[in-house]
Amino acid sequence: MGLLDYKFENSNVFITSVENLLNWARLSSLFQMQFGLACCAIEMMAASASNFDIMRFGVIPRATPRQTDVMIVAGTVTLKMASRIKRLYDQMAEPRYVISMGSCSNCGGPYWEHGYHVLKGVDRVIPVDVYVPGCPPRPEALLEGIMKLQEKVRKESLARKKQIV
Amino acid sequence: MTPQEIHDGLKAKFGDAVVEAKLDAPQPWIRIAPNKMKSLCFFLRDDASFQLDYMMCLSGVDYNDGNLGVVYHLFSMVHKHKIVLKANCPKDNPLVQSVSEVWGTANWHEREAYDMFGIQFDGHPDLRRILCPDDYPGFPLRKDFKVPEFYNGMKVPY
Repeated sequence: MGLLDYKFENSNVFITSVENLLNWARLSSLFQMQFGLACCAIEMMAASASNFDIMRFGVIPRATPRQTDVMIVAGTVTLKMASRIKRLYDQMAEPRYVISMGSCSNCGGPYWEHGYHVLKGVDRVIPVDVYVPGCPPRPEALLEGIMKLQEKVRKESLARKKQIV
Repeated sequence: MTPQEIHDGLKAKFGDAVVEAKLDAPQPWIRIAPNKMKSLCFFLRDDASFQLDYMMCLSGVDYNDGNLGVVYHLFSMVHKHKIVLKANCPKDNPLVQSVSEVWGTANWHEREAYDMFGIQFDGHPDLRRILCPDDYPGFPLRKDFKVPEFYNGMKVPY
């Protein structure tokens, strides 16, 4: 249940739980860590552009991990890049989320057998919240991934620890 | 110049350094002794009748018979002729003279050939890996390369 679904009827005061308020604030401003690594980055850029306009979900691309909530790993994660990803993930402030975009970062993609230099899935170094399949996924698919993440954030609880599914 | 003329010119000037040639191939090639590469390439670049001033590509090869090879695709912007040079070296002592002083392009190309095949380019100013991480074990495009089970604690095979 969204916070603003309640009507202002008698006064400007309305009552909700802290949990509800925090979750609403978090899911409505998921600042995105730019992490375009390969061709998926082109689709991520298309999702940011006017046709799909990812910003209406509150997703704003930032170039530093200190200001971001969600890291969208878009593209092939090489072994060389994996240690950098880990470091940047560690630099993000909590609560932090990860969307793995595309086959490469989900499971190695076309490099699964002969990719001597490719990490077979970014979930081997950092925990992933939402996997977006596709090679590359269309911008709609990324938007669906964002909405899935928002659903997940909405169900979060202060009492329960964040669960990695 | 035709490939035959290039071959004859090199043979006359360098003699034994020209090991072998196949001039009726789709891309005619001449095999050169790896320890004569640099002086020969300077000659090819600077001599007025050759003027092979542009190196289009430098590749590494593993022939899987105990030999590694380097293949040079050369082009002349002035005369519009092409030739392919090859140099072979044994896998246990892969030493080829660097041509990075002759064509600046060769610098990074030789680093890539070193990265993938472990070919040592004698006289290269900065022979480091260019694509793989510095501590990557082995040379991945060699035929006998085995993918490591773990790299820095990360599992590599699927």
